[in-house]
Amino acid sequence: MSKPSFVYVIYIASTPEKVFAALTDARMSERYWFGNHVESDWKAGSPFALKRGEKKMCTGTVLESDPPRRLSYTFQSLKDEMPNENPTRVTFEIERQEDQVKLTVMHDGFVPGSKVFESISEGWPLMLSSFKSFLEGGRVLRALWYEEAIRREQEAQAQQ
Amino acid sequence: MTEFKPKSTYVVYIAAAPENVWTAITSPEFTKQYFFGRSVEIDLRAGGDFILRMPDGRVDVQGKVAECDPPRLLSVTWRVMWQEDMRKLPECLVTYRIDALEGAVRLTITESYSWDVPDAILAGGRMGWPLILSSLKSLLETGKPIVVKMEPPKEMLEAIKRL
Repeated sequence: MSKPSFVYVIYIASTPEKVFAALTDARMSERYWFGNHVESDWKAGSPFALKRGEKKMCTGTVLESDPPRRLSYTFQSLKDEMPNENPTRVTFEIERQEDQVKLTVMHDGFVPGSKVFESISEGWPLMLSSFKSFLEGGRVLRALWYEEAIRREQEAQAQQ
Repeated sequence: MTEFKPKSTYVVYIAAAPENVWTAITSPEFTKQYFFGRSVEIDLRAGGDFILRMPDGRVDVQGKVAECDPPRLLSVTWRVMWQEDMRKLPECLVTYRIDALEGAVRLTITESYSWDVPDAILAGGRMGWPLILSSLKSLLETGKPIVVKMEPPKEMLEAIKRL
């Protein structure tokens, strides 16, 4: 069984600078990442976290930050339903194409049969669709079913 | 009947009604804005003709409707006609699936093949679909499509020649 890896490409009517800023800004990320926000000082070697309020959803380490072209961090899911798998690697490549941006997201380093891989394969297209809507200033996506799932998970945790 | 196996899928979420996504897929006024200038001509019933026509009038893609269930599912056979080597390839099956979710629509494109298609041919879809879907999403959400000029990948054309 070969190691799975994930690649997603999306084109955005924006600039590389705005795309990079939105990927790394806590307040902006909260709007397009369905209430989750990124937290880091974005220096190579610094910690990275994806948080929902104060709760960490994912943690990692910044591997590379080269604004506005490239951003890479390790990624360890802390979601309770996820098995404790090894950290994986997320890389964003931002390429200007005329007055638009080609954004490529690569996520690799999964073990064969990874449950995290299944989860992120659904998660990235949703997050990146929302990210594009956010930057283009059109109707911003709401993922009500996702918000509902998160709410149920939090309720279940609160009862424990 | 030919048996097609799914080889590639592309997913995008759009803040629009399923009916609007359906219209954008099946109406030439929409497709020529987001699909590299191509106009769709489609007879929306199983067995109906399906064509994507280039701005200069040449046929780019030709096929038949395999399944039509508005506004949820459209499946068409797909043969690229504008290039001689590609015209000789077995046709593939392209499926547009529209899932209405709360607050958004998930559009899934699946390319299915009846033969052991080389990765270099799938690479053509990997280049094209993300741009088509990004542009379709922009068009429906903001009224402005994404326009990027794109040539078919040289590696793909060379791989087809070698078949």
